[in-house]
Amino acid sequence: MTNIADIIAEHQAREGPLLPILHDVQKAFGHISEDAMRAIAQALNLTRAEVYGVVSFYHDFRKDPETRAIVKLCRAEACKARGVEQLVPIAEAQARVKVETIYCLGLCSVGPAAMAGDQVFARLDQRRFTALLETI
Amino acid sequence: MKIRISDDAAALACGADAVAAAFADAGADVERVSSWGMHWLEPLVEIDGTGYGMVTPDQVESIMAGTALSIGRIEEHPFIAKQTRLTFARAGKTRPTSMDDYYASGGWLGLAKARAMGPDAVIETVLASGLRGRGGAGFPAGIKWRTVASADHEQKYIVCNADEGDSGTFADRMVMEGDPFMLIEGMAIAGYAVGASKAYVYIRSEYPHAIAKMEAAIKASAHLIAPFVAEVRVGAGAYVCGEETSLLNSLEGKRGEVRAKPPLPALEGLFGKPTIVNNVLTLAAVPWILANGGEAYAAFGMGRSKGTMPVQIAGNVKHGGLFEVAFGISLGELVNEIGGGTASGRPVRCVQVGGPLGAYIPPAQFDLPFDYEAFTAAGALIGHAGITVFDDTVDMAQMARFAMEFCAAESCGKCTPCRLGSTRGLETLDQIIAGKNVEKNLDLIADLSETMKFGSLCALGGFTPYPVMSAIKHFREDFVIGKNG
Repeated sequence: MTNIADIIAEHQAREGPLLPILHDVQKAFGHISEDAMRAIAQALNLTRAEVYGVVSFYHDFRKDPETRAIVKLCRAEACKARGVEQLVPIAEAQARVKVETIYCLGLCSVGPAAMAGDQVFARLDQRRFTALLETI
Repeated sequence: MKIRISDDAAALACGADAVAAAFADAGADVERVSSWGMHWLEPLVEIDGTGYGMVTPDQVESIMAGTALSIGRIEEHPFIAKQTRLTFARAGKTRPTSMDDYYASGGWLGLAKARAMGPDAVIETVLASGLRGRGGAGFPAGIKWRTVASADHEQKYIVCNADEGDSGTFADRMVMEGDPFMLIEGMAIAGYAVGASKAYVYIRSEYPHAIAKMEAAIKASAHLIAPFVAEVRVGAGAYVCGEETSLLNSLEGKRGEVRAKPPLPALEGLFGKPTIVNNVLTLAAVPWILANGGEAYAAFGMGRSKGTMPVQIAGNVKHGGLFEVAFGISLGELVNEIGGGTASGRPVRCVQVGGPLGAYIPPAQFDLPFDYEAFTAAGALIGHAGITVFDDTVDMAQMARFAMEFCAAESCGKCTPCRLGSTRGLETLDQIIAGKNVEKNLDLIADLSETMKFGSLCALGGFTPYPVMSAIKHFREDFVIGKNG
């Protein structure tokens, strides 16, 4: 398994290394822990508060682990126009998958759209969204 | 038998991989190309120029046997035939990360010409083209380039803003996933013109396919753009990082907070160095301009809006997709004739042009020509040229509420009008929707909107009043009755 020191070492010499490090830490561990933030702050000569401030600023970074599968459902204007709000009760009625709201996947002509990992889904209706939540 | 199927995210989301696999299993030679931009037809399959729309794996047999219903020749389809494709000339035709295909279709010609004519002449050419920033602000690209070129500094940067967060827009994604070398060529030309040795492409994390293709294309073409170097950086889900100064902070590894201007990024940008920040579409237009001349580009368009705009038709629309056209086309033609009206078949109630910060425009204003100045005069904005169509079931009070909710969720927190104004706006709209003190609260919203518009540091707080106030102005009945109240 990758360790945090290796990730830091890989990016440390780059200009503006913090975001690439945070992305890789989250990819490797699923979240960015208190310990990880401490190690990153130390290595980059930042305060812990500065690293925490960055982690908490961006929607992508999570400080706590999430064990469930994550589906990101777009609820921006174009997907609203195509009926995404009718899918929200389906998401709320289940607990198997963590459904997160995001704004825009760039699939605005074929929404409602969702993403799980790097997989994208379009033209979701109640049947297809239910199936997605049951199989992901 | 050669079968062409797109591998861009829209096609994949509509099931293109399963269709491609079924063709391969049936013995066909499958080529994965960029998308034509006819998204309502994805997965779109092309065989010798003829198209088959919304293909599912069980149709593979009949398509290969020649008995399936086609849409005819794709290039003759009205949606394609009516376009003027300069930036999207390769869309649907080439394999995105194939250097051979890019060369064969006129790739790197612009860079070669740029290097032959010298940096000053490159900037003159871009000035002559009239190219304006396609990210939304519409600032003349050549003037920005000249400012950076004349800045006396050893280290300068090109930053490509690929943080395409506006709902209703996907042209940047299509460039990066469909024609990534064109963007690299545009960045290399910009770097040559202003004396910058390094480019960063800041791509939003919601676009993993664009990230992968840009990284592959940068690797494959590194020797051609050297000593110029390009690198992909990935965003982290903050809408506000599409604003150029917060994007720069994000690249530096900071919170994506907006910087006060001045200093302009052209003089003190990334790491305090002179920096060109241009949108994907701006840089992607540059290779064509260098290859064909600034005057040739300026021959398209109207008034001070020169060239073409890749318009993105989205939302509840029958024929959604990418429509590149010279400036000057009317909004109504785009929505009703090209887009074919709503997908639901119900009447169009309004469109939102320019993403979450753009105004809602009713059909009564559909004669508005696509032109920066005409839109500004009408209290609207072109932005990144996304058009989101809504049918008559939309509740505009809810859409106004969402504009405030979105601003509250995405505000960077740096300035008070945006940080607090959006939350207060949301609370006030909730009161209106609940039918409480409606007239008084509508006055409050108008007052708050003025404060946000003139007091915010950037377009997020400054433009959120556009969707809110346009919804109230044109669809007051939705607020006064309180449909949900």
